[in-house]
Amino acid sequence: MKVLGLILSGSKHNNLEKLTKKRTSAAVPIFGKYRAIDFTLSNMVNSGINKVGVLTQYNPRSLMDHLGSGKEWNLDKKRGGLFILQPFLSVEEHIMHYRGTADAIHQNMTLLRRADEDFVLIGSGDHIYNIDYRKLYKHHIRNGADITLLTKNNDGEYDFKDYGQPIIKDNKVIDFKEKSENKVSDKIFLGVYFMNKALLMDLLYSSVPNGEYDLLSIILQNLKKLRVLSYDFQGYWKNIKKSLTEYYNINMDILNPKIKKELFFNQRKIYTKIKDYAPPKININANVSNSFIADGSIINGIIKNSIISRGVTIKAGTIIENSIILQDSIIEEGCIIKKVIMDKNTTIREGRVLESHNNEIIVVEKGSVL
Amino acid sequence: MKVLALILAGGQGTRLGVITNNLAKPAVPFGGKYRIIDFALSNCVNSNINMVGVVTQYMPHQLVEHLGIGKPWDLDIKDGGLYILSPFLSRSDKSWFKGTADAVYQNIEFIDKYNPDFILILSGDHVYKMDYNDIIDYHIERASDCTIACMEVPKSEASRFGIMVTDPFYKITEFQEKPKNPKGTLASLGIYVFNWNFLREKLIEDAQDPNSENDFGKNIIPKILNENKNMYAYNYEGYWRDVGTLTSYLECNQEILGPLPALDLHDKYWKIYTQSLELPPAYISNKAKINKSIVCEGSEVYGEVENSVIFQGVLIEENVKIKNSVIMNNVKICKNSTLENVIIGEKSIIGENVKIGIGEYKESKINPKVYNSNISVIGFETEIPNNFVIGKNCVIDNFFKKDEFKTLTLDSGEGLLKEV
Repeated sequence: MKVLGLILSGSKHNNLEKLTKKRTSAAVPIFGKYRAIDFTLSNMVNSGINKVGVLTQYNPRSLMDHLGSGKEWNLDKKRGGLFILQPFLSVEEHIMHYRGTADAIHQNMTLLRRADEDFVLIGSGDHIYNIDYRKLYKHHIRNGADITLLTKNNDGEYDFKDYGQPIIKDNKVIDFKEKSENKVSDKIFLGVYFMNKALLMDLLYSSVPNGEYDLLSIILQNLKKLRVLSYDFQGYWKNIKKSLTEYYNINMDILNPKIKKELFFNQRKIYTKIKDYAPPKININANVSNSFIADGSIINGIIKNSIISRGVTIKAGTIIENSIILQDSIIEEGCIIKKVIMDKNTTIREGRVLESHNNEIIVVEKGSVL
Repeated sequence: MKVLALILAGGQGTRLGVITNNLAKPAVPFGGKYRIIDFALSNCVNSNINMVGVVTQYMPHQLVEHLGIGKPWDLDIKDGGLYILSPFLSRSDKSWFKGTADAVYQNIEFIDKYNPDFILILSGDHVYKMDYNDIIDYHIERASDCTIACMEVPKSEASRFGIMVTDPFYKITEFQEKPKNPKGTLASLGIYVFNWNFLREKLIEDAQDPNSENDFGKNIIPKILNENKNMYAYNYEGYWRDVGTLTSYLECNQEILGPLPALDLHDKYWKIYTQSLELPPAYISNKAKINKSIVCEGSEVYGEVENSVIFQGVLIEENVKIKNSVIMNNVKICKNSTLENVIIGEKSIIGENVKIGIGEYKESKINPKVYNSNISVIGFETEIPNNFVIGKNCVIDNFFKKDEFKTLTLDSGEGLLKEV
């Protein structure tokens, strides 16, 4: 069975503030060396998808830089491979942006038309999880579905108003509430669609020219005509762009060995861009506890409950607690950093104190020197 | 100006004991995520030499797997790239490479095809950083026929090396291969630059000499010297180590530790490239204590680590104490074990309550030439059962399984080797 993967790489509307000022949410760094998109991309590759289109538009530079030729995900192929799909001007399209998910795919219909794949899996670049999509395909085929939506049981862990709630009867999605304040279903929709390519093309051809630009609402309008099923994912799943607190908490989740084991294991590896940093070095003055330390970092200070990304230098006498330090940042001697997200290439000068009050998270913008 | 680099990677490295029983020395893991050959290869690409042949012979399997098509070193290119040169049977009935010179001689056709102006002969056994452009420039400036990189070594060490005696202008006047009474302290690093036409001639002459051992140190260099050719020593002052013994292997691994390391792997301007594994960053728990060490990606530490190199994917459980040791990829060390001065091969499992490196030093009953220090060596894919006590200067072979052990103690100087 051949499946074409499509990844929606994030819109302008997200809640990550300074972190997405210069990058799309799919390119947000996570867990010391990864970017959010690595998870969906690796999940696709690990599930046997070898042709993936990434739909980008908002601040794509760092995402493109990260993806390159797709080599790190084994997608630098003659047959299949990675396709970056950016908005463009053409005779038919006079606006240079995508008006929604359906419009984005519609504008790149050539990829679908030429593909010899029979099925399409549409995922999002902002989701952190490790899944074997093959189980989803099987479920789709065995139950003769037109469209399968990836869902998850919500036992209160997810805020109802942030997620769509599918209403399911006899295994079929019969109704759907978007961003409702109240609980109307036990399940939330995870933003992943699986369907026959021909059906997707039909839906887009008949709806997008009539001003329907959102894929979900096109599907919902046709709920009665189509057999839409749900497939439940049991494991750890988070959407990184929900809020800054969510971003922070997801990063911290990796310090829980159970979650780490679920996200990272040998059978389904998460691939990312390799940077050739030297191994992390923990020097004589250092004291590291309950932390994640990536390659290239040099630790001289005290680190507690923190994520230290690639190429970070932490000098002697500095205390770092409950913080996320992103790539190539430098923290000079004698600083105190508590509950802070330091974006890439930031420098904290000697003796500075950055301590959050009222449980707020301080974000230091990319490249700044404090 | 065309330069071809030829890395001689056939070394058996007998003085590394069980570590090189199933592995060529250039493929021996080093520094947490590297293999020894990564240094010579990275030096080549950092010096913009993009035509590299690697001559293999002994146990090439892991080496060849590591090198692949040269992708991690950017040597998967159209013009030039990485070539693995394995021994082959030819019509003239020469099969295995006899000496280092023979290894080059048998690849003359390959080198001729590229037809370089200069050939750089390197060894895959050494850990160092060197800009080869410097020695090549030096070679050209002096109109040298052969230039040999050399380094001052302590007098006590001199008999381990090829020793050069030079005039004040560094022209080599005399050469001694591993001398008992060295006349100087300028040691050859096994790095040669030749004009290809000149070397080609010498190799053919040497191959026709039935008395020759076909070795650069033993035959070619003395011969060039006899002919009074222009042979210069290039005095290298940077970092260079031969990691040929267990002591030097452990020491050299420790030289990357500390805030001001002798070998700085974190240098952004001279990166060492390698085949990377896909692993998440290292996790250090709140029970861990780590001091002056490297802990590589994919590892999890719950115990204490001091002055040691922990490779990738290593699990160190609670109450484990590790000191002055090298723990290679995917080793598991179960709780309450204590290890000091130990080298552990990949994928080995150390049971609970195991002690390694205790008691007094005793001379090795196995092979005093190889095992002659406080260091105990556990081979690859070996399982040490719970409560095992191992002394100093001990060795346990590769692939030992739990039920193959008859006792739970191993005194200093003893060892368990499988019969070959």
